[in-house]
Parts: sequence; structure tokens; C-alpha cells
Amino acid sequence: MNKTAVAVSLALLTVAGVAQAADQFIPIPSYRVGAYASGGAKFYGGMIDYLNYVNMKEGGVGGVKLTYEECETEYKNDRGVECYERLKAKNGGASAFNFMSTGITYATMDRAEKDKIPLMTMGFGRADAQDGRAFKYVFPLITSYWSQATAKVQFLGQRVGGMQNLKGKKIVNLYHGSAYGKETIPVLDAMAKKYGFELQHVEVPAPGTEQQSQWLEIRRARPDFVLLRSWGVMTPAALKSAQKVGFPRENIVANWWGGSEEDAIAAGDAAKGYIAGSFALDGRQFPVIQNIEKTVYGAGKGNLSDKGFIGTVNYNRGVVSGILMVEAIRAAQKKYGAKTLNGDQIRWGMENLNIDAKRQQELGVTDMFPQVKTSCQNHEGSGYTRFMQWDGKDWKPVSGWIKADTGVTLPLIKASVDKYSQEKSMKLRDCAAEK
Amino acid sequence: MEWQFFLEVLVGGLLAGVMYSLVALGFVLIYKASGVFNFAQGAMVLFAALSFVSIQAMGVPFWLALLLTLALMVLLGVGIERVVLRPLVNQPPITLFMATIGLSFFLEGLAQMVWGTDVHGLELGIADEPFDVGGVFISKFDLFAAAVGGTLVAALALFFSKTKLGRALRAVADDHQAAMSVGIPLKHIWAIVWGVAGFVALVAGLLWGSRLGVQFALTLVVLKALPVLILGGFTSVPGAIIGGLIIGAGEKLAEVYLGPFVGGGIENWFPYMLALLFLLVRPEGLFGEKHIERV
Repeated sequence: MNKTAVAVSLALLTVAGVAQAADQFIPIPSYRVGAYASGGAKFYGGMIDYLNYVNMKEGGVGGVKLTYEECETEYKNDRGVECYERLKAKNGGASAFNFMSTGITYATMDRAEKDKIPLMTMGFGRADAQDGRAFKYVFPLITSYWSQATAKVQFLGQRVGGMQNLKGKKIVNLYHGSAYGKETIPVLDAMAKKYGFELQHVEVPAPGTEQQSQWLEIRRARPDFVLLRSWGVMTPAALKSAQKVGFPRENIVANWWGGSEEDAIAAGDAAKGYIAGSFALDGRQFPVIQNIEKTVYGAGKGNLSDKGFIGTVNYNRGVVSGILMVEAIRAAQKKYGAKTLNGDQIRWGMENLNIDAKRQQELGVTDMFPQVKTSCQNHEGSGYTRFMQWDGKDWKPVSGWIKADTGVTLPLIKASVDKYSQEKSMKLRDCAAEK
Repeated sequence: MEWQFFLEVLVGGLLAGVMYSLVALGFVLIYKASGVFNFAQGAMVLFAALSFVSIQAMGVPFWLALLLTLALMVLLGVGIERVVLRPLVNQPPITLFMATIGLSFFLEGLAQMVWGTDVHGLELGIADEPFDVGGVFISKFDLFAAAVGGTLVAALALFFSKTKLGRALRAVADDHQAAMSVGIPLKHIWAIVWGVAGFVALVAGLLWGSRLGVQFALTLVVLKALPVLILGGFTSVPGAIIGGLIIGAGEKLAEVYLGPFVGGGIENWFPYMLALLFLLVRPEGLFGEKHIERV
């Protein structure tokens, strides 16, 4: 029986790893069954492989062995909360959670704040949480939704020979009919105002299996580009519908949720030429991926049932998640000592990440993801996005790392944080005083 | 030209409606033969499509994979009759309905356990590209799907009205006990109809899988079939196709022409509202059988 079969048969059970109280415990709230299992199995497989790699290569972090335990969320909010509650105090206490789900993150934010356990929301979740003064325990590392949205527009600017050439262009924002889909509307509106392009928002009712009318509207509007804010089945349905109305896929740019092999393969030939953002590049060319394959899979301890998926987009994202988690533990150990640390101490480590070019080289991840330097106020630590194009078989980079337009995002973040702190009647952290 | 655009939306909607009808047909078949609303139809669509692409991925040629999947779906249908339905003969319809809910979750899990969770592309050799008819774009794939749907409906309509087995199926749907008392073998009838529903699920799975990729989300296409059933009637094969056409055209026209006035994104709930409005006039649906009971 393969690993998928095992995962399915144990869907209602917690899959126990090898956790002991004296080790550093990392909960793995995975989704290996259900609608999003295809991406979830690879993402969490990559994360677990990296943790095992660190254990096998270095004997853990600072001599403290990393342990983990899986809990199946099925990408459902109620199960995610259940997994959070089940794992938060286990094996000496959880280091941090990465649910890979905006919904579960929202559902557990208040609990995490109360329990002092950080939530790693790498590339997703609440965009304004990059302001650590208001969101002490939430870390939208590398790139938030808002940063990605501004990067998408800047990428289009590059395509037309400069941001000034966006003036007068027509862009459609085709978005998932959900809170996730609507989240970037204010940012894109601000970008349209700043650069003078015409922006039309078109909603696709969730889940987005049928988009005939939306694409006919797009054909009538004759836009220069379509910004796709999709998720799950909406992506291939959009690409197929675009093909059906003759809209060039080269002019469709999605955010990273629409940029995995699963999204493109499902659309078949219709995906050829389609572009999506990314915060972690795919491929096996990175030394860290090669080392994992050699060390972990060489010892027969790999988490994927099919080695062929090593180096895929979701697998590499999982590895990056593992790296950020481990680097946060390393940073925290420098302050608190090489011992089992609690969630609040790991939060400090996550808030003091410094993965610069030198560190990236040491880790074997140069150019796999952008450099990350976090602080009390900056929980994103980067803000860079890179764009990839599907050539029919693989994703190929078609841009460098594009930095978020902070001139647009920061005022929006400030406004949102002010509103949030007023609603919660909370005082913002004084980062200068905490130094 | 505005009228051209209107025509394009209308034709696109009608063709999309045929795709909904394909899924609705599976529900109608089971309901006609057993009076059961088969909650597991979406799971059967997923199971069929996933089985087909997985068998094909083993290097099996297209037609052989199709035959093998068909055999698998018939076996599945017979198995469902044996294990799930037979013990529930003469139980209230709600009991059978609840059993199909359980069956739905079981099939979803089984499909992923046996064939894995990966997303597969599916190309049927018909490009989903448009051709221009006087400025109106029409999808070749949609036309193909409409032809398949039409053929299926015609074949099933003939089967139910002209064959002995078809008439037996209708008798069973009316009254299990009465049908058994006149010598109709209920168990065999159910096994056959579940097998045929498996075949319809395979056709729907291949066409929808070709459009969306073969993935778990295929189970969601049933959401598009429900208003078709409400409108067309649960017991009418032609009703499924006419209902599909009305729902498909109605939702597309509503999204394009009414959507902008209410903020857009109305395509999901509008078909249900349309179907409910029809129910006010014809509670049994457009083509459903009228139930007249003596009191």
C-alpha cells in the first residue's frame, strides 16, 4: 500500500511521528486527502523531508533533534482548529504552525495569540499581518497577497516596456468569489490610480468550475491583460475558457496559488504560455534539493511515495517552509540557548530571521527564494515575487525577483492595522522599546 | 455588435447547459428506477474519470481503457446494489438517500486511495477552441459535448419507452413491492440501472475531466446539475436535457445582463432561483410525473 493509501485510511486519525518531550516539536497540519490533497501531499512531504534532512545531516538544530507529528486537516477550517488544539501543547509544545490555508489561519489567529505560538503564513493569509506591531504571532513570510498583487502589475509594466506604458492599458482582474479573491481589489485599484490603467473586476462564483459568461465579458472588454486570482479548479477552468474565447494565455498572469504543476497539467494544452507568480522556484538544480534526495531518499526515509515529485513547485515550497522554520529555531537558539524552546521563543527567532546571500549559499538555496530579513515591524521580510511561464511541461522563469510596490502597500497596511487595533482596542507594540 | 454578443452568450449558455444535463442524467436514471436521489453521483463521476486516466497512464490504449473503466463502473454498480441497496429494499426513501450520502464519501475516499490524489490532464482529441460563425464564437468541444449528450438522451429515452427492461425499470420506480409481485426481478433491475448510471458517470467524467482536469473538484459539478433536476423533473430523461438548456442559457444571460446591476457573481444562485420559480408553477418540474393520490 502506498503512502497515499495509508494517509487515506488514517484520515480521521493523527499520524504520529517520532516525538519526544526533550526535542523541538514541529506540528504538521497537513492535507493529504480531500480536494487539495495533490498539492498538500507534496508541500508537507517537502517540509518533512527537510526536517529529516537536518536531523540526519546535523543531528537536529544545535544538537536538539527536530520531531514532528502530522494531523490531517483536509483543508477544512474546523479540522484545522481541531489539529491546532490537539498539537499545540504536545511533546513540549508546538514551535509554530503552517496550515497552508488562509481560512484555517484566520480561524486560529486569536488562539495562537493567546497561546503565544507563531503562525507561519508564507505567501498567504492576512496581508496586513506583515505589520508585527499588531500581529505579533503571524508571519506572512516572503510575500503577502498585497505584495504579490503589486508585483503582478509591475511585471506587466516590464512586459510593455515600463510602468509609464501601462497608462491607457486595459486590465481585467478575474477573481475567485470569496474573501480570498476579493482581498487584492483595493491594492489593484490603488495601482490603477497610480499608473493610469483601466481596471475591470470580474467575479467568478466559487468554486469556478464554469466561467463561460465571465470570459465572454472579457472578450467583449478586449483587455490587454487578465490578472487571475484563482484557487483550485478555478485555474484550469479559466485557462480552458480563455482558450475557448481565443484569449492568449501569455497575457494571463496569476498569483502563486495558480502556479503549480497541478494547475497547469489539469488545463492541458490550454495552459501553454500561461504565467504565474512564485515565491519559491521549482526544480532539482538547487543543492538543498539534491542533498535531500541523496541523504533522505538515499536512506529510504523520503516522505514522498513517488520520488518523481521531488523538485515540483509544491514540494520546493514545502522545503522552503521547512528551511524558514529551522532558521527561526536557529535564530531563537542564539538568544535563548540550544535547548527545547517554546512558541514565544520561536516567535522571536522568526522575527529575527536573516537569510542573506551568504546564508542562502550555505543552505544551498541561492535564487530558490528571495533573501529574507524580518524584524519586529516587518513580518514579511522580503516582499519579492518572481514570475514563471508554463511551457507545456515545466515552469520557466520569465522575470527576476520583483519587489512589492511599498508606496502602495504600506499606506494600505497602515490603514488596515489602525482599523484592526481600534476594533480590538489594542495598543500597537513599540518595536523600538523591544530592541 | 451587441446582438452578436447576446447570441454568443445564449449559444454558450445552451451548450454549457448540455454539460450540466450529462451529470443530471445520472441522477434521473437512479431516481427513475428506485425513487432514490443518488447523492453519490458526483463521486461516481470522479471515480469513473480517475479510473480512466489512471488506467490510461499504465500505457493502456484509449479504447481499451474506456472498456476497462466501463467494466469497472458496471462492477461498481452491481457491487453497490449487492452491498448497499439490497439490504434496504422496501425501506423508506430517506433511508436509501442517507445510504447514498455514505456511499458518496466512501467512493471519494476509495478513488483517492486506489488511484492516488494527483491531478491529471485529459485530452479527448477535440480542441476546446472556437470557430467563427458570423462573428459568433462557438466552441468545437461544446458542440461535441452537445452531440454526445443528445445521443445519450435519445438512446436512454428509447430504452425507457421501447424496451421491456425499460418498462420494468419504470414499474420498479413506481412501486417496489407491486413490481416484485408481478415478477419483476428488483435486484437485477437495480444492478442494471446502477451499471448504466456508472456508464453515464463515465461519459460525464470524461467530458468534464477534459475541461477541468481529472481532480477531486469533479465532485462539485453536481452543484450545476441540481437546478437542472429541479426544473426538468427527477424522472424525465428529456427533462434533464431541456432543463439543462434552460438553466445554462438562463444563468449565462443573467450573469452578463443582470450581474452588473447587483455586483456580479450571481451565476451560482441564479439557476436555483430560476428552478424554484418554476416549482411555484409546476411542483413536479417541467417533465416530472404528476402524483395523484386518492384520499
